[in-house]
Amino acid sequence: MSAKLLTIFFSALLINNFTLSYFLGLCPFFGVSGRLQTAFRLGVANTFVLIITSVATWVLNTYVLVHAPYLALIAYILVIASTVQFVEMVIKKTLPALFRALGIYLPLITTNCAILALALFQTSRGYGLVEGLVFAVASGLGLMLALVLMAGIREEAELSNIPRLLRGTAMSFLIAGILSLAFMGFAGLFAGS
Amino acid sequence: MSSDKSRFVPELTKGIFRENATFVQVLGMCPALAITNSVMNGIVMGIATTFVLVMSSLMISALRKLIPSQVRISTYVVVIATFVTVADFTLQAMLPAAHHEMAAFIALIVVNCIILGRAEAFASRNPVLLSIADALGMGLGFSFALVLIGGVRELLGSGSFLGFPVFGPGFEPWVVMILPPGGFLVLGVLLLGLAKIAEVRSRVAARSAGEEPR
Repeated sequence: MSAKLLTIFFSALLINNFTLSYFLGLCPFFGVSGRLQTAFRLGVANTFVLIITSVATWVLNTYVLVHAPYLALIAYILVIASTVQFVEMVIKKTLPALFRALGIYLPLITTNCAILALALFQTSRGYGLVEGLVFAVASGLGLMLALVLMAGIREEAELSNIPRLLRGTAMSFLIAGILSLAFMGFAGLFAGS
Repeated sequence: MSSDKSRFVPELTKGIFRENATFVQVLGMCPALAITNSVMNGIVMGIATTFVLVMSSLMISALRKLIPSQVRISTYVVVIATFVTVADFTLQAMLPAAHHEMAAFIALIVVNCIILGRAEAFASRNPVLLSIADALGMGLGFSFALVLIGGVRELLGSGSFLGFPVFGPGFEPWVVMILPPGGFLVLGVLLLGLAKIAEVRSRVAARSAGEEPR
């Protein structure tokens, strides 16, 4: 059992990293990765929403959607939207500085594909409550890892002499491509077991 | 009404090139990279997204005076999720193979920022006809981007186009292009090319503007 949980954890964190191999959550990945600290905090907020979503998905799958499977998508997205609204209110009340730094990207967590994808993957792979939680924590940490790596590289890049045309989005994509190549190296991690 | 009709074509074409969602606004990145390892996937995803975009824009534009502004985002999301469910089930029934390959990403059309973005920025404050033109243009522009990225990746990564081999048996596929890193690299290079084109065009425009007064 614990070996399975460990596999879920590391495969979501490194091998199938949400951002770098599934292309999920790219908007904040490119939008908020300018500064290291903001990136880290958005990662924390994301992880929190992911954990709540995972529990809510499990409850919905077990008790509600058994009776109306065709409502799955609508039910997930409503739960996610209300969770994000809640997190937004909490952050606004407790950490106003962070609220301003995250700006539009905080309400946009609703349309962060990673959150809905977590609910869908969890359902299609048939994860239970504990497995779902481990999956959510690992995916959240994976998103945060990618965000922080990207922010670190971009902070450095800002100080270096880059051809003018390359500055901005194009360079971010090329950096992401190289990061993604590097993460492919983790693919062999569980091949032996 | 006549002014609506005269604005129909400009609203339609702006989404295809000038305000292209993928290349210019850099929105809707997740599907643009995740499923574009072949042209076919790009076409199916493009059609599905365009369908959802047009239907939800039509619905939201028709209801725009009835939706209270406090709960508008949730309303949009429910409308979009409904049409995505329709598209999801239709594809599952008609193209089971393609649906199986993209599985989660069809459902993820719900959170494609382009759709919510158009609902908020355009459909909620414009009449039905114009909203349809805008949505159709954006959808076609997005499909165009998907097919372009998918074409480059399939050509380099498996040496084929729409499944037909192009380069003959001697071609050694550049496998990394159909793997995740290829998506980032191809889009990065395409954006770089577009930036170069934009720069050259603005320089030409500046030169001709400078010569005109003489």
